[in-house]
Amino acid sequence: MAPARYVGDLIFSFARYLGDLALLAGETMRGIFHGQVRPQLVVQQIYEVGFRSQLVVLITGAFTGAVFATQTYFQFHRLQMDTAVGPVVSVSMFRELGPVLCGLMVAGRVGAAMSAELGTMKVTEQLDALRALAVHPVDYLVVPRFLAMVISMPLLVAECIGVGILAAYLLTTQILGVSETYYVHNMLHFTGGRDVAMGLIKGMVFGVVIVFVSCHQGLNAREGAVGVGRATTEAVVIGSLFILVVNFFLTMALNIFFPAGK
Amino acid sequence: MTEHAHPSEVITVENLVQTIGGQEILRGFSLKVYQGETLVLLGRSGGGKSVFLRHLIGLMQPVSGTVTVGQEVISGLQERELAKVRRSMGMLFQNGALFDSLTVADNVAFPLRERGETDESVVRAKVEEALQMVDLAGNEGKMPVNLSGGMRKRVALARALVNQPRCMLYDEPTAGLDPIVADSIDLLIRRLQRKLGVTSIVVTHDMKSTFTIADHVALLHEGRCYFYGTCDQLRASTDPVIRDFVEGRSHDEP
Repeated sequence: MAPARYVGDLIFSFARYLGDLALLAGETMRGIFHGQVRPQLVVQQIYEVGFRSQLVVLITGAFTGAVFATQTYFQFHRLQMDTAVGPVVSVSMFRELGPVLCGLMVAGRVGAAMSAELGTMKVTEQLDALRALAVHPVDYLVVPRFLAMVISMPLLVAECIGVGILAAYLLTTQILGVSETYYVHNMLHFTGGRDVAMGLIKGMVFGVVIVFVSCHQGLNAREGAVGVGRATTEAVVIGSLFILVVNFFLTMALNIFFPAGK
Repeated sequence: MTEHAHPSEVITVENLVQTIGGQEILRGFSLKVYQGETLVLLGRSGGGKSVFLRHLIGLMQPVSGTVTVGQEVISGLQERELAKVRRSMGMLFQNGALFDSLTVADNVAFPLRERGETDESVVRAKVEEALQMVDLAGNEGKMPVNLSGGMRKRVALARALVNQPRCMLYDEPTAGLDPIVADSIDLLIRRLQRKLGVTSIVVTHDMKSTFTIADHVALLHEGRCYFYGTCDQLRASTDPVIRDFVEGRSHDEP
């Protein structure tokens, strides 16, 4: 009986957690549609989550593109398909590697910061002070972060993909000696708007996942410094796992609207 | 509880019950606070005074019982529905609860800007006035992390007062302050009551402060209102629980 109860408890607490996230999302939407948007805070958050994440995202994109191009080249070279490296890297960066790796890096950098900031505000009664001043914490803290993420994430993903493709192009054509003309021609031939759309939509969805998971952890932090530390760690771990799981379902669903290779 | 003739009740609490971590902190606490008075709530540490105070502004919802502010029952209201009542009240938290990413001036200006004041010259003038009231003029640009505990508390007081609330809740306003600053806070509470008719509920252990500011005193003991009366009635009481508290006796062996 004990294992069955354990599994049951686990499912129940997971369902409750998803319910909490849905309530937070609902409260955020209510804040936005009731006109509780503070443009100055949105701009400030775009700077924090978007502008300041660029270096991390660019390095991730560049080295992922370069490594992926190298591995693909070594395999394809044996089959004399060197110029196919371009489309393989490009489609992979757009559809999977760009959004997922960018999402994981942002979950680590931004998710941790959001959770720690809100958690500290919770344990030092700053959230209660906001409430006592008749300001809804979700309106003041979550709404600007949500909007900033929805705006910033597709742009960060686009940067990550762009740099990845550029790094792959330079490496393959300048160092490994593949013909530039055929590389570019094949890449443009096999990469379409559907791949771009998939990458950007995934990026936006991952941004939403990161913001709700991180803010939920921060707003529910307990037990002082230890609680803030735990909330921060959990925000990164849960956010990253959610990105991987959501990515699978998103890939399945988006392939209906944006099928690969057509 | 002693009955008094007063103009109107600002806050009425009836049979408030609250449980935290399985322990019943409030066990049917009832209290009335009247227009323009200063009520001091005494009680031992961990006895539930701060918990009680948080119910008055809707930061906690009771397990049972009701809290009425003015004509409105606030217990059971949703977060967004509480905004209207909260705009007429101010609260000073035990550790100030200043927003640590904002300067002193921005902390004090926060309630003004949130309530739609866009004229920065008006904001600046009101912030200056509020900081002068708590003897902190000239500290506008400092960050909360660079302030002492007493200064933080006074900035928090300026922030709570800047919108001129009709009712103020103070959670241990003089704890951790030197006697001179503590006295100035007491006098400020008194001045606000006399000049602006602000109704105040003060949670404290400080008996000197109690006798300086209180119109009425309530003693929270074992989750209930054990005593309610004036300072003179408190002084004259022969009840051993009250005497121990007023005289600070523990009965422990030295």
